[in-house]
Amino acid sequence: MKLLAIDTTTEACSAALWLDGEVIFRYQVAPREHGNLILAMLDQLLAEAGVTLKQFDGLAFARGPGAFTGVRIATSVVQGIAYGVDLPVVAVSTLATLAQRAYRESGAKQVLSAIDARMQEVYWGAYVLDESAVMRSVATEVVMKPEALQMPKEGRWCGAGTGWGTYEAVLSAPLEGRLDRVLGALLPHAQDLAALAVVDLRAGKGVSAENALPVYLRDNVAQKPKPKT
Amino acid sequence: MRVLGIESSCDETGVAIYDAEQGLIGEALYSQVALHAEYGGVVPELASRDHVRKLLPLLDEALADADCDLASIDAIAYTAGPGLMGALLVGASVARSLAWSRGLPSLGVHHLEGHLLASMLDDNPPEFPFVCLLVSGGHTQLFEVLAVGQYQLLGQSLDDAAGEAFDKTAKMLGLAYPGGPLLAKLAESGEVDAYRFSRPMTNRPGLDFSFSGLKTQAITTWKKSSQSAQCAANVACAFEEAVVDTLLIKCRRALQQTGSQRLVIAGGVGANRNLRQRLRAVLGKDQVEVFYPRIEFCTDNGAMIAYAGCLRLQAGQCDELKINAQPRWDMQSLPALI
Ligand SMILES: Nc1ncnc2c1ncn2[C@@H]1O[C@H](COP(=O)(O)OP(=O)(O)O)[C@@H](O)[C@H]1O
Repeated sequence: MKLLAIDTTTEACSAALWLDGEVIFRYQVAPREHGNLILAMLDQLLAEAGVTLKQFDGLAFARGPGAFTGVRIATSVVQGIAYGVDLPVVAVSTLATLAQRAYRESGAKQVLSAIDARMQEVYWGAYVLDESAVMRSVATEVVMKPEALQMPKEGRWCGAGTGWGTYEAVLSAPLEGRLDRVLGALLPHAQDLAALAVVDLRAGKGVSAENALPVYLRDNVAQKPKPKT
Repeated sequence: MRVLGIESSCDETGVAIYDAEQGLIGEALYSQVALHAEYGGVVPELASRDHVRKLLPLLDEALADADCDLASIDAIAYTAGPGLMGALLVGASVARSLAWSRGLPSLGVHHLEGHLLASMLDDNPPEFPFVCLLVSGGHTQLFEVLAVGQYQLLGQSLDDAAGEAFDKTAKMLGLAYPGGPLLAKLAESGEVDAYRFSRPMTNRPGLDFSFSGLKTQAITTWKKSSQSAQCAANVACAFEEAVVDTLLIKCRRALQQTGSQRLVIAGGVGANRNLRQRLRAVLGKDQVEVFYPRIEFCTDNGAMIAYAGCLRLQAGQCDELKINAQPRWDMQSLPALI
């Protein structure tokens, strides 16, 4: 199975090809450069592997949550490619991708992902590794003030993501010492996104291009004017 | 060459297919007006989100309208700017990626060049050179157009754009968003001589405009009036008359200055019936030919982008492998077509 994965939802920009179990990638921390980088990354990867899009079985993208503009770049790029070459798309959570990276890099099996969402809030999710070494969501992803989050009552956890970097004290307090590690600067990586997406693609969970849609979590983005009295 | 054009710079998602031999062969358009109406103006974040949902279904629709498939498309054009950054990025990302995935050339088109060339889609297109009055929600500009890519700015609004003044005045009169067309409708039942507003910046030389004082005049007059339905119509009428008159005076001046015998109108306010009639009637006496795009090509659409893109793509211009979105972009910096 061959799968192409992209992420542009945070300060990091990355692309990966999953080629029958082997992974190659490009990864760069480059705020506001995603539009300039992402297609060139894919182009280089295809050339490096000597493959064409026609040989792929599916595409994957980080569907959010994350920076709104970055979430839309990932979505629109994957929509464009999927529409162009008629491939199914797997949408993967940015928070789950972070958890998967935390596992790959530090072996953590239970991860609380938090991305700084500005406005004193974090995007938040909890993940536990399953028997096939894939992170599974065990709580609904939310955007919330860090002090208002529902923390797991038991188990030992790893904190991953910029939300931890900004709010480590507030987030760790309710865990009462059940926090093994904090990776407060961790950003998502397309390599981990690919690992998650392959499982879903195999399970037939790919969708058509127009159904590849973002998840922002923060949805109250505009105030309606109050009716004049 | 057959070009797929994508427009997403503001609150319209437009897709069209232009064929260099057959002309415009398919189009689809979705307007977000209803979405933004509740907020009294375009909310950029909501606009971006809606483009993401609508663009691919519109691509299907446009291809079906043209009765062709993706395989027959030779190149892709999209609006790269100016406009709302988030909104532009959606169209640019889809367009550039789609082109890349199929190994096609693509080109980021200047939105205002699209407007400016929209009347070329007509059965009776203008010849170069001509004077173009660009009047939209965001722009009021006079250009001397020598050829594609050769644009000399002659004058522009120093404050509100004409469409913006229409919309703000309409809002003040209690009309729904976007008020321009509604204000024009209301003006039809106004008494022509009830009020007379000034024709800003017409009694001194130059081709610049200013519409914000006119808007203030309308507001002051309205507040002092009995605020009856007839009063509203009278204010609307006097406002529209003043805008149309001012545009007419400046167009005439621009034509004299450049020695041109052709005037092309572009942009949303170009849909204003009164403006269309007056320009033709008055300038016709000076032997000036006035050209308008058809009404649906006055406001944002994919057809003008497909067309402008086709001209440039045929001349060999195309993008690098980058997603090109420029919220600010000076049209005079565009390369000439050679
Ligand atoms: N019949 C009309 N009379 C006056 N203004 C109009 C009319 N129809 C549309 N408009 C105005 O045109 C503008 C929209 O044009 P458009 O070219 O889409 O502008 P932009 O792209 O700058 O928003 C709005 O300001 C709208 O009120």
